[in-house]
Parts: sequence; C-alpha cells; structure tokens
Amino acid sequence: MKAVLFGATRGIGRALARALAERGATLFLLGRDEAALVRSAADLRLRGAASAEFARCDLFEPAGFEPALAQADAALGGFDTVILSAGIQEEQGALERDPELLERMLLADFVHSVRFCEAARRRLLARGGGTLCVLSSVAGDRARAPVALYGAAKAGLSHYLEGLDHAYRKQGLRTVCVKPGFVRTGLTDGLPEPPFAADADAVARTVLRAIERGRPVAYAPPIWRAVMAVVKALPRAVLRRVRF
Amino acid sequence: MKRGVRVKVSGWGRVPVREAEEVLDEDLRAAVEGASLTRGLGRSYGDASLPRREGARVAASRRADRLLAFDPESGVLRAEAGLSLARLHELFLPRGFASPVAPGTEHVTLGGMVAADVHGKNHHGAGTFGAHVRALRLGLADGRELEVSDAHEPELFHATQGGMGLTGHVLEVELALERIPSPWIRQETEPLRDLDELLEKLSAASATWPNTVVHVDPLARGRHLGRGVLVKARWAAPDEAPAAPPRPRRRLTLPVDLPDWALNRTSARLVNEAYRLTNGRSRASLVAPWTFFHPLDFLLEWNRGYGRRGFTQYQAVIPREAGRDAVRSLFETLVASGEPAFLCVVKDFGAEGRGLLSFPRPGTTASIDLPLRGARTQALVDALNGVVIEAGGRVYLAKDALTRREHLAAMEGPRLAAFDAVRRRFDPQRCLSSALAVRLLGDPP
Repeated sequence: MKAVLFGATRGIGRALARALAERGATLFLLGRDEAALVRSAADLRLRGAASAEFARCDLFEPAGFEPALAQADAALGGFDTVILSAGIQEEQGALERDPELLERMLLADFVHSVRFCEAARRRLLARGGGTLCVLSSVAGDRARAPVALYGAAKAGLSHYLEGLDHAYRKQGLRTVCVKPGFVRTGLTDGLPEPPFAADADAVARTVLRAIERGRPVAYAPPIWRAVMAVVKALPRAVLRRVRF
Repeated sequence: MKRGVRVKVSGWGRVPVREAEEVLDEDLRAAVEGASLTRGLGRSYGDASLPRREGARVAASRRADRLLAFDPESGVLRAEAGLSLARLHELFLPRGFASPVAPGTEHVTLGGMVAADVHGKNHHGAGTFGAHVRALRLGLADGRELEVSDAHEPELFHATQGGMGLTGHVLEVELALERIPSPWIRQETEPLRDLDELLEKLSAASATWPNTVVHVDPLARGRHLGRGVLVKARWAAPDEAPAAPPRPRRRLTLPVDLPDWALNRTSARLVNEAYRLTNGRSRASLVAPWTFFHPLDFLLEWNRGYGRRGFTQYQAVIPREAGRDAVRSLFETLVASGEPAFLCVVKDFGAEGRGLLSFPRPGTTASIDLPLRGARTQALVDALNGVVIEAGGRVYLAKDALTRREHLAAMEGPRLAAFDAVRRRFDPQRCLSSALAVRLLGDPP
C-alpha cells in the first residue's frame, strides 16, 4: 500500500499510520507542524514503514492541497490510498458563543475537507482508482442537540462521501467513510466519557479492516452501527425529548 | 499555553487522591510548559506522581511515545519519554532486543523508569535502568531544553536518574537495549525453608543467574520466618526455545473495587499458602518474558482489590555490611505487627548506580504490600524505618507513601544535600515539585 495521510501525527490518524507501518506500507504524511512531521516520520520508519516522507499541508490553506498531493504522488511514484483524519472538534457551547470558532470548524470539517477529497479523488481516478478514507463521525448520522453544529458539518461530509461512492465506484474509487463514536484522543480530552468509548488503536484496526474490504461505511467501534440504527429510527418527537 | 483538564489522580496505591490540571498531548514539549511535574502511567505507589497542591498543573507524557532513532548494530534506542515498556517490548522482542532492566510492571514509561531509576530482577548484575541510559533530553524549569549525558552536564544527568522528576521534565530517553537470544525465558523455581536458606541460596543463585528473586511468605513466623520460593531465570538459548514467539497474553481487568475487608489476614494466608504449595518442589520451565518479569500485569487494575482505602508497598534495602540480623529484624518487625501483608518480594542488590538519589545499594531489598489501615500501617512503617535507619539502609521513594521527613533525612542526609544543590542550580524557584517533594523534601506546596 502507498498511502498519503493527512493528520497522522496525532490521535486516530497516528494510530492508523502506525498500523499501516507495521504492515510495511509506504507512507507520505501531510500536516501543519513540521517538527511533529519529522518525528512521526522517524517513528513510522522504525515501526516498519517501507518509507515515510512528509510535506507541510494546512487544512486552513486549501490552495496548498494540490501541490502537497502532487509532491506525495511524485515521492511515492503514484499513491493508491488517501486517508484524511485532520479536523477539529469543539464543544457545542463554545461554537455557539464564538462565531469565528464556528466558522473554523465548518471550514475544517466540511468545506476544506471536501476540497481536499476532491483533489485526492482527481489524482486517484486519473490512475484508475484507489481508496479515499475519511474520518467523519457518528454525530453526522442523526442531528442531536449536544452536537448540532459539529454534527451538521460531519453530516455534510458523510453525505458527500456517499455521493462520491455512487458517482465513482465503477471507475475504481473506493470511499471509506469512517464514523467513530467517542474516541479517547486530544479531541475529546476533558469531555465526560459516554458508553462505548474506545482507544485510537482499536479504531485504527477497524478502519484498516474496512479499507482492506472496501466497505463504504465503517463504524468504530463496530457496536455503533447498531446503536446508530436505533437512533436513526427514533421519531423526531422522541429525540427532541431525550438529551443525548 | 495549552489548557489542561481537571482530573483526580492517585498513585498505584490509590491513596492519596489529588486533583490535577492534567495537560495531555502528543507534543510533550507543549505539555510541559508551565507544568510543575510530568506524570507517566502513574505506577509509582505513593505520591511521587501527584501534584504539589490541589489543582496544580501536571504534564502527562503517555501520548508522547514516538520512536526517534534505533541502531540495530549497537541496540541504542532513542524515544520520547512517554513510550511504555509494554510497547517497547511489543516492538523490540521480535527484533531480538529487550529493555536491559524491567521493573515489576510493564505499564511504566521510559521517563518514569528514569525518574525512579528502576531496578529489576537482574540488578545484581545489570544495575539500575540508569546504568543503560546514554543521554536524556530535558525540559528545564526555566523553559530551556537541554541534552544531558556523562559528557554534558553529568551532574544534572545523574541527579535526574532517581530524581523523581524534580530536576527537569524528561522529554527523550536514549538507552542501550539488551540483545536477547530468544523471546523466551528459562526459569527455575526452588522452595526455601527459612531466612538463612533464603539468603544463602539467593546469593549463590545470583552468582550464576542473571535474574533472581524470592517470593517470601510474609505471614510465616518463628522457625518458618523467611520461608519462600526462589525464582532464577535467564533468556532462553535459541535451541531450547520454541521456534514461535510466545503468544501475547490475554489481559483481564478487575472490573470493580473489592470491599475494603476483602484482603485480610485470612485471605492473605490463603493466597500465600496456595503459592507455597504450588511451588513445593524445584521446577524448571520455559515461560513468556512477561510471565516472569511482570507476573501481576495480567490482571489490569489489580490495585482495586485493595478497595477504596488503598494500599502501600514498603520497600527498603538493608546494606550487606549490616548483616543477616538486620534483615531478620526487618521481618520480625513485620510479623510482630500482625498486619496482613499480602505480597513480599526479596532480592539482592549489586553495585550502587550513578543517580544521586538512586535507591539500590549492595545488600538485600524487601518489598511488602500492605493495605492502608490508618495508624496501624503508619506505626509499622515507622518501626520498619527504625530498623532500616539502624542498619544504614534506605527506602524506595517510588513506592513510599508513609515515611516521615525526619526518617528520610536520617537515611539520606548527605545525598539529599547533593541532590538539593543540583535543584538549586537548575530550579532555584522550585518550579518543579510534587506531593512527595512537599512531604519529604520540604518543598513549598
């Protein structure tokens, strides 16, 4: 596997990159913090990656997406997998209070995520396909009061990925929309832990399986598939009353 | 400065509990900014990893676990300080390398192993963890970053080994791994009748075996005092080990707090008797490294077995020159107290390490797990410390919860002064501190 990972220095992305490295994959990291990229690349090489190079790429500078992917393409001699795990998560109250923070979240988790995916999709399709794996969230499955804003961005992202799957699967593009529940990472530190909380390593294993099997949607941990099936089926009148 | 999260923290003994503003980040440099202490996996038993006062800022290193460099020729590894021994072994046992020193749990970080200058069952030959550390990268109290080694700032390098995190935040550790012939351990067990036999056979075994330890029945008294099981081990040669590596063990988690009374004299007696009876004869076997080095780790959160009142592990060393009688006196004090000691481990120590406050010195060490029972436990620790002071020995700060400041001063006087001089030089304001430093070293809270 020749994979480009955007957001692999932290959290779920880091766990995924390590799991791929242990399988001997060839990796190319994109991220904002150059010092972190240097260290993560060294870590991944020592964990078994065939190679691990990197380039600077910021989710808030979409003009840089295409050049960064071009650099990755050149370094890897054509990549076959792109994984986007960069993003931000903020608590509903903070987003409601601070319009600028809200805009940043919407840009990162929807607008720029889609722009990055579009750039990645074009490159993958140009050589006959490949895998585009994106970290969305269970919060995007059904609108809920405590995550109304973040959930809206992730709903848009999940929706977009389903559309990509319908449009380009025949041409060889395999999209994997990952929907994690609560995962213990820097994004969730300090938040009260709900049921089915998982570690990043466990989520990474689930995601890897989904990539290998070409599953368009992966809930992580898998129990969330059943949980969300119930939540999605609840009538609006019921959901309005329960605060979760 | 990154905002921390308010959490309740305690050591492995579960008590005391303190609130900390914990800053947890993949980037340890960012996390230590403004922090008074770095905390690893919290496996020191007492208050060594607790903030100096309620709500003080503490950096958590456990997500800073990247490998930075490894030379397969020399076995020298550099990694971020939050890498755990468990992960290190997962990654390096298959490549033919092991940590040169392994403490009783694998759930410790490299930084924690440096801060406590941990020892293992091979101390008589291999020394402490610090003996294998080549260099450290430290975040100092004034915000500077400094690489220290025998060649550069050796005084700070040595003060940090066993310095309980009080000399600087350990950011990176460079250490020489041990090359191993196979990922299996060859071990032999042998029952011991009493304390005399224990000391003789332990010393004889250590002359030929790299790893030795004795599990002592802490409730045996009279002529049975010091009764136990000697375990000797070495890495198995390729021709005596199976071709396949040992299967990773299943880990269970103790899901609830047991009630406070669950560990009492009767259950302690049952457990120790069962252990003695199942090891009644000498036996040789081939086991996975974790079975030998970290026997209790299979049960995650086993400390919950002590209930909410928690427990302490008392560990002291009796210098060789103090003789057998001092060791006997330590055990007699324990037995006379009637406290339900659960586990007791005895080990002989080799040469003293470089760490200014490093615990081991040539002699015999004993560690004893005791449920915390208020004044009775305090009285026992005071009495044991009396024996240790008399013998010229010392206690292990990574385990300690109950030693009094004046007792520590009696054991460690000149060493404390040397340590204090280094702290004064690199941290005159006492920016770095811990609950232990407040309790034992006179730091302001």
